[in-house]
Amino acid sequence: MKSKSASLPYLVWMVIFIIVPTALVFVFAFTDKSGRFTLQNLQGVGQYSNVFLRSIWLGALATVISLVLGYPLAYIISKARASRQNVLIMLVMLPMWMNFLLRTYAWMTLLEDSGIINHVLNLLGLPSVHMINTQGAVVLGMVYNYIPYMILPLYSVLTKIDRSVVEAAQDLGADSRKVFLRVTFPMSMPGVISGVTMVFVPAVSTFIISKMLGGGSNLLIGDLIDMQFLGSAYNPNLGSAISLVLMVLILICMGIMNQFDENGATEGGVMV
Amino acid sequence: MEKVSIVNLQNIAVSFDGEAVLKDFNLSIDDGEFVTLLGPSGCGKTTTLRIIGGFVRPDSGDVFFNGRKITDLPPHKRSVNTIFQKYALFPHLNVYDNVAFGMRVHKKSEREIRAKVGEMLDMVNLKGFENRNVNLLSGGQQQRVAIARALANEPKVLLLDEPLGALDLKLRKDMQVELKKIQQQTGITFLFVTHDQEEALSMSDEVVVMDRGAIQQIGTPLDIYNEPKNAFVADFIGESNIIDGIMREDFLAEFSGRKFRCVDKGFQPNEPIDVVIRPEDVDLVPPDEEHLTGVVQNVNFKGVFYEIIVDVQGFKWMVQTTDCEKTGERIGLSIQPDEIHIMHKSEYSGTFGDYSTFSDEMDEDSSPLPGNGEEA
Repeated sequence: MKSKSASLPYLVWMVIFIIVPTALVFVFAFTDKSGRFTLQNLQGVGQYSNVFLRSIWLGALATVISLVLGYPLAYIISKARASRQNVLIMLVMLPMWMNFLLRTYAWMTLLEDSGIINHVLNLLGLPSVHMINTQGAVVLGMVYNYIPYMILPLYSVLTKIDRSVVEAAQDLGADSRKVFLRVTFPMSMPGVISGVTMVFVPAVSTFIISKMLGGGSNLLIGDLIDMQFLGSAYNPNLGSAISLVLMVLILICMGIMNQFDENGATEGGVMV
Repeated sequence: MEKVSIVNLQNIAVSFDGEAVLKDFNLSIDDGEFVTLLGPSGCGKTTTLRIIGGFVRPDSGDVFFNGRKITDLPPHKRSVNTIFQKYALFPHLNVYDNVAFGMRVHKKSEREIRAKVGEMLDMVNLKGFENRNVNLLSGGQQQRVAIARALANEPKVLLLDEPLGALDLKLRKDMQVELKKIQQQTGITFLFVTHDQEEALSMSDEVVVMDRGAIQQIGTPLDIYNEPKNAFVADFIGESNIIDGIMREDFLAEFSGRKFRCVDKGFQPNEPIDVVIRPEDVDLVPPDEEHLTGVVQNVNFKGVFYEIIVDVQGFKWMVQTTDCEKTGERIGLSIQPDEIHIMHKSEYSGTFGDYSTFSDEMDEDSSPLPGNGEEA
């Protein structure tokens, strides 16, 4: 009884801010401008399949790079002395305290053709490199902005691995490579999964990063949706349909990811 | 049977953060024996085990295994296996894969592994548990998996770091019997660490009593109990009354103001000594001039016997008896010569063996009153 009444405010919150908006997206996606039922919006999504593919490709690339870069760092931090761990984790989170737009703007001034990096290259007598408005710049922006969300869950899982379990593996004859492959990495799977989810989902649906660092030619789904609601191509019905398709795609991706965890560690994933 | 030393520690010294844990430590363990390192927490027994396992590098000294120096060998290259305090099972693997871990690392064939895992699980009575999640097993079952996992590697020496500490009393007793049985079956050398003296006495071929990073005594459980070397051992192993005394001559000791016949010799004339008398070795008699007399201070019912505290000239004796005595009663204590054990004075003298509850009464026991009474 008690827990029921305590959960009421949350229920109300969820209905107002989660259930209703989701339902509205559904309604918009299946109706036309005059409110009649139609499948045309969904059919219209098909023409943007290249944008979807690009978004998923760049998002996946950014996720893999974040994992490859973030895992060793999370591992090193988890092995550091306790006092140093806090400092290192704070350094990882430090950029997150700065405004997201500002951070991305900073990258623009760095990557521009006449930006700081090219300026330095020229000073060293090297030719300029075109970086801004490329897919590489977009992926860089994604990795830079979202890598803390990879490092934090990995770190929290890695610090929880009991030292004696690693010793047990060594004791049974595993060298450091085998200890990592057979014990540390499998045991950190929940962290890998939540890290991948937390980087992939925002990376796929971002619109600011691609707008600022990708120029007009590297349009992502986020930009497309942005345009349907706020841009020149005002069409909330199509925007909702695109959102719906994106949501389904992300759910499928997450479902596939969670399959990996099914027979893995039982100590549920840690969301930070 | 010729005894062959399998593990040999020579002049080991270890300190953590400037604090010495082991000092000039020497120990030789014979092949096929059940050896227990016994001592209070912080005595260095777990560190000793970890040095043999390869997890702690001694600051100085060497570790030998079968005559070969292994001081610098990492843990995964040593043919010893450990059962950790909290089992340290792999939570992401089921029972079968936990037991198979060591063999898979050593690239054994799956057929060989299947046979061995079956054999091991059979030995620890866990047949049919192959696919169970180790996180959902009871403490006793996890313990068995840990044993099977370690023994599946066919180690020459099994190191056990307080493996029964987390189990309840009943399960503990069962596992003690089971471990002893497994040790006898396999013939593997067991090096067992515990702070529980009863456990050490009931399981071991040899007990190594440790305190403050040094070995206090090595011997069979019987030796350790009956012939403790110093006040620490006498107090740590079982209950002891340890009384200040003087060895007048061979077979004649004086304490509590009386002279007693005993079976010890080889002391200097009039050498100050510690006298150990076990609570169960004191017989209660009616008070008379022939015996030590005292007043019953406290009676505790312990099931099979009563544990009573008797005040004899200010020194509190513990006596275990099946007779029911009343508090305040005056009684005599009769002690046979072979129940008196004489020890040289040591750094531990005066710190153990008096059952007084008040520290100010401790002083009285150090000045035995002169007397002529003699015990036959």
